[in-house]
Amino acid sequence: MMDKARGLTLDHLTLSKGTETLLSVDAHVAPGDVLSVMGPSGSGKSTLLSALIGTLAPAFAMQGRILLDGEDLAGKPPEARRIGLLFQDAMLFPHLSVGENLAFGLSPDVRGRVARRQVVEEGLIEIGLEGFAPRDPATLSGGQRARVALMRTLLARPRALLLDEPFSRLDTDRRASIRSLVLERARKERLPVILVTHDEADAQAAGGRVVRIGQE
Amino acid sequence: MKFIAFAAATLTATTAFAQTDPADWDAVVAAADGQTVYWNAWGGSTTTNDFIAWVGERVAEDYGVTLEHVKLSDTADAVSRVLAERSAGQDSDGAIDMIWINGANFAAMKDAELLFGPFAEQLPNWSIVDVEGKSVQTDFTVPTEGLESPWAMAQVVFIHDTADLPEPLADMEAIAEWAAANPGRFTFPQPPDFLGSTFLKQALLDLTDDATPLYAPVEEADYEAVTAPLWSFLEELTPNLWRQGRAYPQTGPRQLQLIADNEVDLAISFSPGEASTAIANFELPDTARTFVLENGTIGNASFVAIPYNSSSTEGAMIVANFLLSAEAQARALDPEVLGYGTVLDVAALPEAERALFDNIDLGIATLTPEELGTALAEPHPSWMTRIEADWIERYGVAE
Amino acid sequence: MSARRGLRFVPALTLLALVGPVAAGLIGTLLPAFGYLPAAGLTDWGLAAFAELGAWPGLPASVRLSLTTGLIATALSLAIVTLALAGWQGTPAFRWIERSLSPLLSVPHAAAAFGIAFLIAPSGWVVRLFSPWATGWERPPDLLILQDPAGISLIVGLVAKEVPFLLLMSLAALGQTEASRSLLAARTLGYGRVAGWLVTVFPQVYRQIRLPVFVVLVFSMSVVDVAIILGPNTPNTLSVQIVRWMGDPDLALRLRAAAAAMLQLALVFGGLLAWRIGEWAFARIARRILVRGRRGCMLDRTRGLSAGAILLIAVALFAGIAGLALWSFAGFWSYPNALPDMLILRSWMRHGPELLGPLGSTALIAGLAAGIALVLTIGCLEAEHRHGVRMRRAGAFLLYLPLLIPQTAFLPGLQTLMLSAGLQSGLWPVVLAHVVFVLPYVFLSLADPFRAWDTRLDIAARSMGTSADGVLWRVRLPMLLAPLLTALAVGLAVSVGQYLPTLLVGGGRVQTLTTEAVALASGGDRRAIGIYGLAQTLAALLPFAAAVLVPRLVWRNRRGMRHDG
Repeated sequence: MMDKARGLTLDHLTLSKGTETLLSVDAHVAPGDVLSVMGPSGSGKSTLLSALIGTLAPAFAMQGRILLDGEDLAGKPPEARRIGLLFQDAMLFPHLSVGENLAFGLSPDVRGRVARRQVVEEGLIEIGLEGFAPRDPATLSGGQRARVALMRTLLARPRALLLDEPFSRLDTDRRASIRSLVLERARKERLPVILVTHDEADAQAAGGRVVRIGQE
Repeated sequence: MKFIAFAAATLTATTAFAQTDPADWDAVVAAADGQTVYWNAWGGSTTTNDFIAWVGERVAEDYGVTLEHVKLSDTADAVSRVLAERSAGQDSDGAIDMIWINGANFAAMKDAELLFGPFAEQLPNWSIVDVEGKSVQTDFTVPTEGLESPWAMAQVVFIHDTADLPEPLADMEAIAEWAAANPGRFTFPQPPDFLGSTFLKQALLDLTDDATPLYAPVEEADYEAVTAPLWSFLEELTPNLWRQGRAYPQTGPRQLQLIADNEVDLAISFSPGEASTAIANFELPDTARTFVLENGTIGNASFVAIPYNSSSTEGAMIVANFLLSAEAQARALDPEVLGYGTVLDVAALPEAERALFDNIDLGIATLTPEELGTALAEPHPSWMTRIEADWIERYGVAE
Repeated sequence: MSARRGLRFVPALTLLALVGPVAAGLIGTLLPAFGYLPAAGLTDWGLAAFAELGAWPGLPASVRLSLTTGLIATALSLAIVTLALAGWQGTPAFRWIERSLSPLLSVPHAAAAFGIAFLIAPSGWVVRLFSPWATGWERPPDLLILQDPAGISLIVGLVAKEVPFLLLMSLAALGQTEASRSLLAARTLGYGRVAGWLVTVFPQVYRQIRLPVFVVLVFSMSVVDVAIILGPNTPNTLSVQIVRWMGDPDLALRLRAAAAAMLQLALVFGGLLAWRIGEWAFARIARRILVRGRRGCMLDRTRGLSAGAILLIAVALFAGIAGLALWSFAGFWSYPNALPDMLILRSWMRHGPELLGPLGSTALIAGLAAGIALVLTIGCLEAEHRHGVRMRRAGAFLLYLPLLIPQTAFLPGLQTLMLSAGLQSGLWPVVLAHVVFVLPYVFLSLADPFRAWDTRLDIAARSMGTSADGVLWRVRLPMLLAPLLTALAVGLAVSVGQYLPTLLVGGGRVQTLTTEAVALASGGDRRAIGIYGLAQTLAALLPFAAAVLVPRLVWRNRRGMRHDG
């Protein structure tokens, strides 16, 4: 493994509940790389995600370390980790317009109304939704919503990206195109990516290492 | 249980409506048996409530009359109720069968012809009432004309906590001086509370040189001139009151709590025995005593009246008559029970009944009849209404 | 089957039971406001009553008080609830808050107000604990804390009672939002917990609790019993003044009271309008700030503040009730002693037996009113299920109508009209008047669980040959036992707390624990108030306890029916 300082490292990570060990992972995800975690439902995928985001319930115990760019994330709240998360569904905020959803994600380092509006508009162009800023998110198609969610996450300038079955709700046609958009963007931004999925095709498309959990 | 009887009474069809002639007492007693009497009386004093409950037990035993005490926070609620019933055309089987009443409420009901009667002077026990010595035939100068029956005598006394205020105060000016020296240690119930308004009348009676105009309707007098001493007195007193006169206790008994909390040292009461009773009930420190002003204090009688649309007039008359019995009067006088003055001429009672009174220990804080002296008569009710309104405008809505 | 056809009319009947009395009462108030009160021989139409009202010197202060105390109490309650949810929702600490506040919801307003009054008075419990050793106050300080002219203690009392209410309403609303995932989405974008919750969850929650917030606003602006105990008297709030005028022996004052009741109604609408404008302005400003993308992590510092506020409210309410209990056993108890000189049973021996009558009528009225409300509610919901007779938006709003019209504006008029219609005062009119206030709460409490019931079970049962009624009685209602009992308990608690409807419609003949307690309040005998306040609290609390325990017992062998945890 090279360049240990950059990227996301799961250093001998073991998650357990009581005496029962749920999963053990030891992996390093370099910037631009993808680690796919595969397993059936109930295999502890969501527990792994919680551990990464920092919302692990007190009933679970964690051994080992999670390092992001060499920094130990232990004890940090989700907002301080800067790990972007894409959900199964887009989780756009229904009371905000598409543009406001993006502005909500956009890092506060971009200052000034005009500048911020411009960044948002550029983001929309990039995902092929030019002029969609005033739209109600509820009027968007599933694929459009997924793209807005991706852009919202990226505008927050995360240091890593977690994908929680983000393509499972899309129909087969859109699925491939959204998947390649997401993976391509992540590679371009040099983000380490962890993809949690139960779909073999997702893991194959991601191309990186595949970890299988919860199997005999 | 009571509520089942109450529910049953409400659910059964309206009973026959006929009012028996008060003079035919045997017919009254016969008709009263089985009736339920809703007595609307102020419910703010637990001792009064206990007394009324006892009266209920006794009239149930002797006459088969069920007495329900409807506890009011203000007697005027009952007046409103009778009024509302008449406006709705409910001229029989009204909700109220008897009201503890006097003063302005009586004047209003008499005026609007909302009362049953005359009945009071036909009651058998009227014969032992001290008609000569006590003002039982006029109520705040308004003739009762048999429309209400007296049951207790009241007289203004001041309760003081001798731990902080050892000596009685002679008159209103002395009260003002003491308050100036001890700011925040005196207050009175907020008019239009009955006792608060009484304090204003008491102050005016004590301060004025000539009380004659107060016994005629206010319209006939030079209001400004007559009341001037009162307002200058209050001008001086108010800033020295509890909370600088920016808040007042809402009722008389609330003052007792303030003395017990050591927030004030002096309070007005309309019941000479109240302090002794309150000490016995742990509501006042045992250092509390009472005094009257040197020039005397206001006294009046409490009455019961029967609304015109009651369907239990006979039962109500039974209760009114029982209240005048030596047994009830002696019990009311006992400070362990109520500490209310009697309306009877005790000296004229037969030996056995007089003994009931002689055996009562009036209590540590109660003045003897001699110490109380002769009560001053209540001014005409129009004065109270006017002074009350004026006080509210000057002090009651202060910003 | 005729019974089944009858079901279609239940929604209409329900709305009539709600709206009829309110409309009738308003008419009964409107007529005297314009001079028409034949009972008092007053039949001159005109605006004289309004002119008199305008000439009352206390009017400006009284109006200002009603507006400010109502608006501030509501805004403060909402702020505390919102910040507490934003800071703590989903944490173990929050579950503790939830559990401790729910029983406090059923503490009747009057009892809570008495408890708080004894805590915060200058000679109250808090000062006693620190006097004279720490404060040097040998005597209570002459401070205007209770009944202050600005209404601060009134606001405190209202906030203490409204926070548990709004909190529970919000929790119900939260169940219908994806709160935790929305919050997670915001936090992974770098937002602080509080800021993220406020921006993403609050707008969704607020949309659903808006009507309850309005109810709080209307209630706070027009409350009578709490204002009598904690509010200022120089002058009173407008609602208290209306009740005082209604009760004045001078009958002409009833016209002024009616005019003031109309003014109160207008004030409440003004208050609601002001609130709407505030909502709109707040949303606009919030959007402006939001698009700047500031992560607002320093807002997380309010977590201590909101937890402190909630803790303080819980402690104050518990301590208040404890104070009532202690007073009911107290011998002489003077300032500055933190405890009574001795404990005695005498007060209970005096008042215990006389509690039974009011306790019985309280239980009877509450049982009948909550029972009727429950039957009507089930009828409406079942009609909706079978015939699609849905209460539309207007219907849902009408459900709230009795809670959005100040009681002082329509109950006096209702009293007169009921009598004109030949309805005798007594038990049944009071029960029906209680239904007006009980029904909305029962409906709101039951509607969500009833609608959330899995209708596939209906299809399954029907396909086995069960009739629609059979499904209702044998499947649906048994499965909904817990929510049914909760709705019933809510209805009972609401009925137990009613003061004005019992007093005015019952003609004083109907004595409940609440009317007795408020009547005693005027006397200020803390021992008796303690006993009645406790009895009142228990009467409201015990049904809730039963609603929790009974389903656990009944379903102790059915794991699929257990939802607690």
